[in-house]
Amino acid sequence: MSAITQYTDLYRELGSRIDAASSPALNALRPAALAALEGSKLPTKGDENYEMSDLDALYAPDYGLNIDRLEVAADTDEPFRCDVPNLSTSLYYIFNDSYHGSGFAQGQLPSGVIVASLRNADEACREIIARHYGTVAPIDDPQVALNTLLAQDGILVYVPAGVVVEKPIQLVNLLRANSALMTNRRVLIVIEAGAQAKMLVCDHTQSHDVDFLNTQVIEVVVGDGATFDFYDLEEASERTHRVSSMWVKQAANSNVLINGITLMNGTTRNNYHIDIDGTHAETRLLGMAIASGSQHIDNHTYIGHNVGYCHSNELFKYVLDDDAVGAFTGKILVAPGSPRTEAYQSNRNVCASSRAKMYTKPQLEIYTDDVKCGHGSTVGQLDQDAMFYMQTRGISCHEARTLLMQAFMSDIIDGVRLDALKDRLRHLVEKRFAGTLAQCRSCAASQSCHSKIKKK
Amino acid sequence: MLEINDLHAQIEGKEILKGINLAVKAGEVHAIMGPNGSGKSTLASVLAGNPAFTVTGGTVTFNGKDLLAMSPEDRSHEGLFLSFQYPVEIPGVSMVNFMRAAINEKRKYYHQEPLSASDFLKLMREKRAVVELDNKLASRSVNEGFSGGEKKRNEIFQMAMLQPKLSILDETDSGLDIDALRTVAGGVNKLKTENNATIVITHYQRLLDYIKPDFVHVLYKGRIVKTGGPELALVLEDKGYDWIKQEFDESKGK
Repeated sequence: MSAITQYTDLYRELGSRIDAASSPALNALRPAALAALEGSKLPTKGDENYEMSDLDALYAPDYGLNIDRLEVAADTDEPFRCDVPNLSTSLYYIFNDSYHGSGFAQGQLPSGVIVASLRNADEACREIIARHYGTVAPIDDPQVALNTLLAQDGILVYVPAGVVVEKPIQLVNLLRANSALMTNRRVLIVIEAGAQAKMLVCDHTQSHDVDFLNTQVIEVVVGDGATFDFYDLEEASERTHRVSSMWVKQAANSNVLINGITLMNGTTRNNYHIDIDGTHAETRLLGMAIASGSQHIDNHTYIGHNVGYCHSNELFKYVLDDDAVGAFTGKILVAPGSPRTEAYQSNRNVCASSRAKMYTKPQLEIYTDDVKCGHGSTVGQLDQDAMFYMQTRGISCHEARTLLMQAFMSDIIDGVRLDALKDRLRHLVEKRFAGTLAQCRSCAASQSCHSKIKKK
Repeated sequence: MLEINDLHAQIEGKEILKGINLAVKAGEVHAIMGPNGSGKSTLASVLAGNPAFTVTGGTVTFNGKDLLAMSPEDRSHEGLFLSFQYPVEIPGVSMVNFMRAAINEKRKYYHQEPLSASDFLKLMREKRAVVELDNKLASRSVNEGFSGGEKKRNEIFQMAMLQPKLSILDETDSGLDIDALRTVAGGVNKLKTENNATIVITHYQRLLDYIKPDFVHVLYKGRIVKTGGPELALVLEDKGYDWIKQEFDESKGK
C-alpha cells in the first residue's frame, strides 16, 4: 500500500475541517489534487531520479497534522542569537506551517508589494492567488498533489510590474512541537514584468528531539525582464525530514538566481524545476550541501530550455563526512527549436571520510543544433598536497581541513548577490566545518583530526 | 642545531636515502648539490615530514628534540621551514587567512594570544617588503595564478613571517630569471642571523653566487659522497658531476 492512501483517507474523513481552517483559494484545488492522487504512488528508492531517496518511506509514518490550526508558540529570538543577525531584511515568520507575519515589516515594503498569508488573504490577494496558484507546479506530481491536498496556509509574495524591492524579503520557518509533526507549507511568488526582488528563506527546527516531516511546494512566476534572487537555507535538525519542490517559470529577459544551501538536516530531498519559456533569459542555479553523521541530502534539478537565446549555469557542491550520503541528479533539456542556448551544469563533491557516499547523475538532453552546453561531475578527496603544504606552515591537520573545505565552497558563496548574506554565509559555513554551528543551543564538540565536520 | 645520523627513507618500497649524515650548526649555510634523482628533494621532504615517504632507519635531532617523532606542523612550530620546489596552489584560501592561521597556530603552540588584526596586517606589510611581494598577491588565493617567480618570492615571504631557525630551500632558484633570483636571494640574506641556519638545495652554482655557503655537500645515490667548502661548488660548475659519480662508483666497485 502506498503511503499516499493514509493522506487521501484522512482528507476524505476530515476534509471539511481542513477546508474550514484554510482559504477558498487553496480549497479550490483540493478536489483536483485528490483525483490526481487516486492510484498514484510516491517514488521509492530506485525509481528514475529517486535512486537514493525513498519518498514513500518518508511519508509512511503517522505524523501528526495541525489541521485545526492551533496556535504554537515559537521563540523567534532563539535561532537568531547566533545565526543571521544584523542582516537588514523585511522579516516574516511561519511557525510550523502557519503564517505568523511580523507586525512591523509591512510598512517597509514599497507600495503595491504584498507579503501575506495564503490563508487569511484579503480581496486583492485572493485575486492574485486565484490567478497563479497551481499554475506552475503540476498537480500530477504526487508531491505537489499531496501538498495541494493538505496545505492550509503559506505565504504569498507579490511584486507588481516595475517595482524594485531593495531590502531582501526574509522568511523564517520555525518548526516546534512536542510530538512528531507533518507540516505542509505552500509558497507562491509572483514577480511581475520588470520587477526586482530578493528573498532569503531560512528553515530552523527548535525541537531537536522530535521527528518532523516538513514539506513545501514553492511556485514562482517571473515576468518579462524581472530579476529574482532566491536563497534557500536549511539549518534544521537531524530529525527533520524535508521534502521541498520549487517550480519556476521564467519569461523572456528575466534573470533568476537560486541558491540552495543545506547546512544542517536529517533527510532532505529538494527538487528545483525551472522552465525557461522566454528568450534571452538567464538562470543561475547554485547549491551547497554539507553533511556529516548519518545525514542525507538529495538534490534534483531540472532546467528546461524551452526557447532559444537563453543562458543557464548550474553548480552544486557537496562535502560529506562520516556516514553521510549525498545524491545529485540534474537534467538540462534543450527543447527542439532552441538555438543559441548556453547551458552548463557542474556537480563537484568531496568525500572527507572513507564511509561517506556520493551518488551523482548529470544529464544533458539536446534537441537543437547550434548550442553550447557542458556538464560534468567529480567526486574526490581533499587535496593531500595542499594539506601537507599547510601543515609545513604550522597549520594543524584539523585547521587545514577546515580551510580546504571552506575554500571548496567559496564559489557557491561568491555567487550570492547580497553582500551581507555573503559574509554571513561564509561565517556560517566556517562555523559548520569548525563544529560550532549551533553553539548557542548546545556545543560540546571536541576537536580532533579525524572527525572533520562536526555535529552540533 | 640539526643532526642527521644514518638516515634511510623510501617511497613506495623504493629506497631513496641510503644513510645520510649531516650536522648543521646555528649561523651556518649548507649547500646540498647533486645530479638529478640523487635524493636532494627527498631529503627535504623527509625533514619536513611529508607522509608520502617512510623513514626506515636513522635519527634526526633538531635542537635536541627527535624531529622524526613530530608532526609536520610541530616541526614548523619548532622552527623548521621548507621552501617548496613546487609551491602548492590552494584555490579559495586567501593568503591572508592562510598566513593568519599559520602565525596564530604557532602562537598557540607557545601559549601566546592570537595576533590582533592590525598587528597581523602590520607584520604582513613589513615582511612583504623583504621580497618586494606585491600587495595584490597577498590578497589573492595561495599561489593561485602566481608566476614561477612570484611563487618563490611567496615562499621567502612566508619564511620571513614564520622566522624559522632552520630553512631548507629546495631548488628555490629553479624557474627564476636573474632579477627574481637576485630578489629572492636578497630576501634570504636579509633574514640571515647568527642564530639561524640555512640548507640550500640546488642543482646549479648560480644561486650560490648570491647565497654564500659555508659547506657544500654532494648527494649521489642517496648518500653524501663529498663535502667541501664553497670552492667545491665552483669545481662542480666547471667539471659537472661525472667525475664524482665515477669516483664513487669506482670506490664501490673495489
